[in-house]
Amino acid sequence: MNVNFSIYRYNPDVDNKPYMQDASLDVPEGSDMMVLDALILLKEKDATLSFRRSCREGVCGSDGVNINGKNGLACITPLSDVLSKGKIVIRPLPGLPVIRDLVIDMAQFYTQYEKIKPYLITDASKPPAGEFKQSPEERKHLDGLYECILCACCSTSCPSFWWNPEKFIGPAGLLAAYRFLIDSRDSATEERLSNLDDAFSVFRCHGIMNCVSVCPKGLNPTKAIGKIKSMLLQRAI
Amino acid sequence: MVKVAGTFGRSGVHDYILLRASALILLAYTLYLVGFVASSDITYATWSGFFSLTMTKVFSLFALIAMLVHAWIGLWQVLTDYVKCTKLRGALQFLLTSVAFIYVLSGFVILWGV
Ligand code: SF4
Ligand code: SF4
Ligand code: FES
Repeated sequence: MNVNFSIYRYNPDVDNKPYMQDASLDVPEGSDMMVLDALILLKEKDATLSFRRSCREGVCGSDGVNINGKNGLACITPLSDVLSKGKIVIRPLPGLPVIRDLVIDMAQFYTQYEKIKPYLITDASKPPAGEFKQSPEERKHLDGLYECILCACCSTSCPSFWWNPEKFIGPAGLLAAYRFLIDSRDSATEERLSNLDDAFSVFRCHGIMNCVSVCPKGLNPTKAIGKIKSMLLQRAI
Repeated sequence: MVKVAGTFGRSGVHDYILLRASALILLAYTLYLVGFVASSDITYATWSGFFSLTMTKVFSLFALIAMLVHAWIGLWQVLTDYVKCTKLRGALQFLLTSVAFIYVLSGFVILWGV
């Protein structure tokens, strides 16, 4: 079976502007593979094709790409799932600068993540010499939050992040923000909320839920953002 | 923290609350008007009678002010999303918020005359 691809190509050293390149691959009838496997086979034919990948099993978050218009991890998206449209169109994640082909510059994404201070902050009295215990109930609050692999599929599918990537934290960063706000061991809740209480950081989320529909880990940033909003509201009223 | 002078509220939460509160007022006012329109035939006499009620006057002014707040914040949000050139955005913000202000002032004058 011949599978056709249309792949975004751009090498700033030689190309004036990006273009879409057609490619095809012979996939044995009755077999399947992941989009990443296909990209690797295509790279064997044309070594100039560039993309990121590492774990090839949906753990590292390196290979977020836009497949037929939807963001996802190439390594856990089966070809058979995206074949129905005839041609498989692969582009880099939208909204961030392209370094080359499918490789994007994630600096803005990481800057937003950094802003929310993604680590435990405890006052001196708190961290005990030994383990820092949580009850099973307290630990449960972190489920659905800690699993994020920072693949950026969500933030780069969010219109609010496209328009204001330097001011709006974006779904990935806000999911992480809530993970620390709700952690029973963290004592910086007030400061964290104060840092988010401007017109952009959280409140540019208008609940469009693109983030939820693309997250390869099945997480729900919109819900976490709603929780942050109500924490901010409770503090204000 | 991002400092913003273009919007109406003092912080993100403030904007958020004002936007929703003003939306509720506008909804209530719409229902009030629809209620009147549905429950009586519209003639000059009933219409001007309706607008000479203190209740209607106050509610109309209140709704106009809610409209101003709602438009101010809402337009600022839309403009900061889509208009990247600061000068153009400033000009548009000034123009559109002025229009909203003019609506409020016209409302005052008109209701005064009924
Ligand atoms: S929330 Fe999901 S889509 Fe967003 S960065 Fe984390 S794993 Fe990726
Ligand atoms: S719900 Fe919020 S964060 Fe998620 S895509 Fe929509 S605007 Fe972005
Ligand atoms: S290669 Fe690691 S998530 Fe796809």
